[in-house]
Amino acid sequence: MATPDTQTASDHARIQTRVGQASVYRVCGDLNLSNLAAIEQLHGLAQGQFEQLDLAELRGIDTAGAIALLSLLKPAAREHLDAALLGLDQQRQAFFQAVAKAMAEPCPESQWLAHWRVLFERLGRWTVTAAQQGLLLLSFVGQVVSTLLRLLWRPSRMRWTSWFHHMEATGLDAVPIVGLLTFLVGAVVAFLGATILQGFGAQIFTVELVSFSFLREFGVLLTAILLAGRSGSAFTAQIGAMKGNEEIDALKTMGVDPVEILVLPRLLALMVMLPVLTFLAMMLGIIGGAVAASLTMDISSSAYLVRLYERTPINYFWVGMVKAPVFAFIISVVGCLEGFKVSGSAESVGRHTTSSVVQSIFLVIFFDALFAIFFMELGI
Amino acid sequence: MSPRQEQTVVIRVEGLVNRFGTQTVHEDLALSVRRGEILGIVGGSGSGKSVLLRTIVGLRRPNAGRVSMLGIDSLDAADEQAVALRRRIGVMFQDGALFSSLTVLENVIFALKEHFPLSEEAAVALAQVKVVMAGLPLAAAHKYPSELSGGMRKRAGLARALALDPELLFLDEPTAGLDPITAAGFDELLVTLRDAMGLTVFLVTHDLDTLYRTCDRVAVLAERRVLTIGPLDEIARFPHPWIQDYFNGPRGRAAGLSSDHSDSTQQGS
Repeated sequence: MATPDTQTASDHARIQTRVGQASVYRVCGDLNLSNLAAIEQLHGLAQGQFEQLDLAELRGIDTAGAIALLSLLKPAAREHLDAALLGLDQQRQAFFQAVAKAMAEPCPESQWLAHWRVLFERLGRWTVTAAQQGLLLLSFVGQVVSTLLRLLWRPSRMRWTSWFHHMEATGLDAVPIVGLLTFLVGAVVAFLGATILQGFGAQIFTVELVSFSFLREFGVLLTAILLAGRSGSAFTAQIGAMKGNEEIDALKTMGVDPVEILVLPRLLALMVMLPVLTFLAMMLGIIGGAVAASLTMDISSSAYLVRLYERTPINYFWVGMVKAPVFAFIISVVGCLEGFKVSGSAESVGRHTTSSVVQSIFLVIFFDALFAIFFMELGI
Repeated sequence: MSPRQEQTVVIRVEGLVNRFGTQTVHEDLALSVRRGEILGIVGGSGSGKSVLLRTIVGLRRPNAGRVSMLGIDSLDAADEQAVALRRRIGVMFQDGALFSSLTVLENVIFALKEHFPLSEEAAVALAQVKVVMAGLPLAAAHKYPSELSGGMRKRAGLARALALDPELLFLDEPTAGLDPITAAGFDELLVTLRDAMGLTVFLVTHDLDTLYRTCDRVAVLAERRVLTIGPLDEIARFPHPWIQDYFNGPRGRAAGLSSDHSDSTQQGS
């Protein structure tokens, strides 16, 4: 054995060149992930320059070490590992063969784009997706409405149990949270109004402030936003989980329309319960206002009621109420459609649930603004 | 690898008891796995194959008994020791159990970077080799698990299990749900990897072809214990009705006839 002319040592591995045969390298010791320094040392050598490696004194080896060693070999030598790697037993030879084969796999063309192009690509993709989603929503609305009309024609196909179940889940179960929340907001609005109106000596107008805002806007809007978060997301998650489990496909193969059996009971339940909850919200908001008014100002409950009766047109109640079924339609259709869009993983359920809540709250507020303009034009 | 030390026991299970409520799955179960072998675990549905696997890898604490892996008592190991032990084993779950928010390549890189201070470049190169060794085309490496077929997901799961070059590999039904050609490819891959990397494989399977092609020994789980353990041809002659039905039933014979026995009897070289 010739004396090595170069020798680099780390804890366990040594790499040496034999005199006279510069292209034969000799590697001793452990060469694995636990001995990362040795591997990095190999990476530091000239890559693809060696014809033979003497591995007789190699001890531990793993894939990372094998990659580092094979990278040292000339491409031609990699084709004939039997000749290129010396001093290996059959098993190790097979291991190096396997790693070399895996390394030879051609790397597919990666599509690297400049940053500004990525930006535009994403923008374009986003725009197209948004347009497609809009169309999808419209077509789903059409599908739901046509199924609904068909159901009206043959009411015997209505799933009563499912309908009542969802009425309980979306309506009755939401009573405490809707009631409490609107009561508190009513009190806050009254308190706010009192603070500002006091400066004008017009504290009594607090009554109008609370009643107008709750009848026209807050009652229905708060309820709709709460239900979008509470029921819209539940619709998406329920239908999404079924979609992931191929239950929707199973329904289709049985000749059952998933829209009829899954969407309509939820839609109808919400369209009944959202107005009911809106009524509750209006009443509790006004009661909250009355409580705040009697506690912080000298407006007694009876004075509050009288003022409410005299100064608040009943039309305002209907302005709020008429919006409730529309919002219910938006929330349930968006919630169900997002559920149907779920594909594959549980992560997808989460993503679409988020998207469902964001979209329905956006649409609810957007339509509320449209209603406001509409009623303004009508002069109500 | 150094010549296989056949008689070294790398997994030892003693007096294992597993209960779910009043239902006893394992009662005083004992099992040992030797270094470098592929041990197949068979048994009827509900015989506790997967429970045994989960107990050995430490996902389930048994009601009684001892489990040691690579000479370390895995139930009583200190935290650091347990982590070090986990680094030396790889587990492939039934449907891959890939992280759905990561691509296949990122799934493999995850464990690597978690345990070793590798550079991004080195980690990618290493992970790519693992992906290819597990039989996936590199084009699939940048896909998300939901975009893969069942067979590809299994291979991706194998790639991730192999990420740290484990000494012990646990496979839960690796060929279930694969077409026969893909499954045969998987068997071959398993034997190649075992020979090349010196793996010890704990294989839970229902697939008779896999048993014939890959396993050095087979353990039959029935009646809450290991009924018998040994080379396949010995097991197949064991006089127990379930075993006879299993190996000599209509599907058993087909697999036995069509396979090459030379692989299944190699016990070290």
